[in-house]
Amino acid sequence: MTMTTSSTSTTTTRTSGSRLGYRFNVIGIIGLSVILCWALVAIFAPLIIPYPVGEIVDLDYFGPMSSDFWLGSDYLGRDMLSRILMGARYTVGISLAAVTIACFSGVVLGMIAAVAGGWLDTLLSRFLDALNSIPSKLFGLVVVAAVGSSIPVLILTLSVIYIPGAYRFARALAVNINAMDFITVARIRGESTLYLIRSEILPNIAGPVLADLGIRFVFIVLLLSGLSFLGLGVQPPYADWGALVRENIGGLPFGAPAVIFPSLAIASLTISVNLLIDNLPQKIRDRA
Amino acid sequence: MNNRVLSLVLSRLLIALITLVIVSFAVFFATTLLPGDTATILLGQAATPEAVEGLRKAMHLDEPAVFRFLRWIVGLVQGDLGTSYANEMPVADLIAGRFVNTLKLAGVTALFSVPIALTLGISAAMLRGSLYDRAVTVLTIGVISVPEFMIATSAVLVFAVYLKWLPALSFANEVHGLADMLRIYAMPVITLTFVISAQMIRMTRAAVIETLNTPYVEMALLKGASRPRIVLRHALPNALGPIVNAVALSLSYLLGGVIIVETIFNYPGIAKLMVDAVATRDLPLIQSCAMIFCLGYLLLITTADIIAILSNPRLR
Repeated sequence: MTMTTSSTSTTTTRTSGSRLGYRFNVIGIIGLSVILCWALVAIFAPLIIPYPVGEIVDLDYFGPMSSDFWLGSDYLGRDMLSRILMGARYTVGISLAAVTIACFSGVVLGMIAAVAGGWLDTLLSRFLDALNSIPSKLFGLVVVAAVGSSIPVLILTLSVIYIPGAYRFARALAVNINAMDFITVARIRGESTLYLIRSEILPNIAGPVLADLGIRFVFIVLLLSGLSFLGLGVQPPYADWGALVRENIGGLPFGAPAVIFPSLAIASLTISVNLLIDNLPQKIRDRA
Repeated sequence: MNNRVLSLVLSRLLIALITLVIVSFAVFFATTLLPGDTATILLGQAATPEAVEGLRKAMHLDEPAVFRFLRWIVGLVQGDLGTSYANEMPVADLIAGRFVNTLKLAGVTALFSVPIALTLGISAAMLRGSLYDRAVTVLTIGVISVPEFMIATSAVLVFAVYLKWLPALSFANEVHGLADMLRIYAMPVITLTFVISAQMIRMTRAAVIETLNTPYVEMALLKGASRPRIVLRHALPNALGPIVNAVALSLSYLLGGVIIVETIFNYPGIAKLMVDAVATRDLPLIQSCAMIFCLGYLLLITTADIIAILSNPRLR
């Protein structure tokens, strides 16, 4: 068990202040507030956008930042601020749905594999490892080429891509817990597998699994943006942040704000999640 | 003792082979899930049912998927990658030149990123907790947390738009000598180097720090060895395996990066070919490109694992 804690702490480059117990440090709070901000934007986007997303409101295309158009206008003269605020819905929403499915399935399978052991464990591990050795972007490309791109397909594809990682993480933790005395005692008591998973293992791996969920969320946001940037993710007329960069890539040679701000939006979200995870109170992160 | 290493390596290779088979299954069946009928798509709306039926026969589309899979696998092994749907050319011919281009790009990137990343990663681990280490860590987290295309667009903004050193987007068909060569490679290589180095720095730093936490390093510290001596003589030789492992693993991130970078810079490599093939739904081409990418990825991660096995002194 100490093995896993030491390896997670070295890979997630801990900064000082993680010994403060349940108190967050400043960087963690900044990360958390940016995330909450984007979550609120995603929920209330239709109420706060200054212009309708699809409407051409600026006579100029790739317009600069001005008092009318805070973040400039896009390649058709649509308001960039409104489009980014609406884009938050797709980026945050799709990623959140995908990461929930991925982590839920991965963790459940991982715990089952760890508790059941034997051929089921071997088979599951081998199969998911094989799935894991398809590069994620390539997997996305192939599936989109085959089935076409729609939001449900995207969510499902993204979650399938990240199930193996979540599985491997949860299984490694669960295997450690599974070797502890209280599990042996519970087994001797004659408890069912379901009980072992739900009441003995899950509470003991919940903290690290939540931290892992955050990291996987970042991966999914990045992959989704990458796919959308290639034109294989969210399809017009809807646009997530990656698709916004793709639409406006023509403005890059002039340094148009329409190219820069969607990228900044992605970066602000992913960096905040990373900062929050790295600065989570130790008691949550390393409970196992 | 050596038998143990040999059997471990062999079992790792066997696992890689099994994985490859599962992956080829996945790639093939993912691409045959296509809802539309390929023959209808190829011939267009105006085709007569007889023509569609004829083409289906000619392309063996009327056979069960399992037979088509076997036919495809046997073809692959024999070097026959099939014929592109889009322009009737053998896939092997389409891929050959592009593949060399991508390898060149990857090679040049590795040449730059490995020395840079190792230097930064090891020095950051040596000076753990210092301002320098913090700066390197923050920078790598920053690079890892943003999508590849953002690094590419930032590179364009910095080097082309503000500094005006390089053209914004390179066009590989206008090569007139060395200067043009450099220009074409500069942007993609800078972008990829950033992406790869960030991963490599993180992993190298973690590997060295892991060895610095061992009892024998503590012993060296207690006997009064200097800090550089501890790191270079005691820790580094033992961290070599994990570091080479980290290098091979980070290089596998090239595959993801290359897809974005080739698209954004219009570089005539295999990833660009594949993205274009996705747009035209050219299945044989997609399958072959996907297999090449998976093969490359497997090769790198298997190498990484084997190096980790070989470098473990306890197995010798």
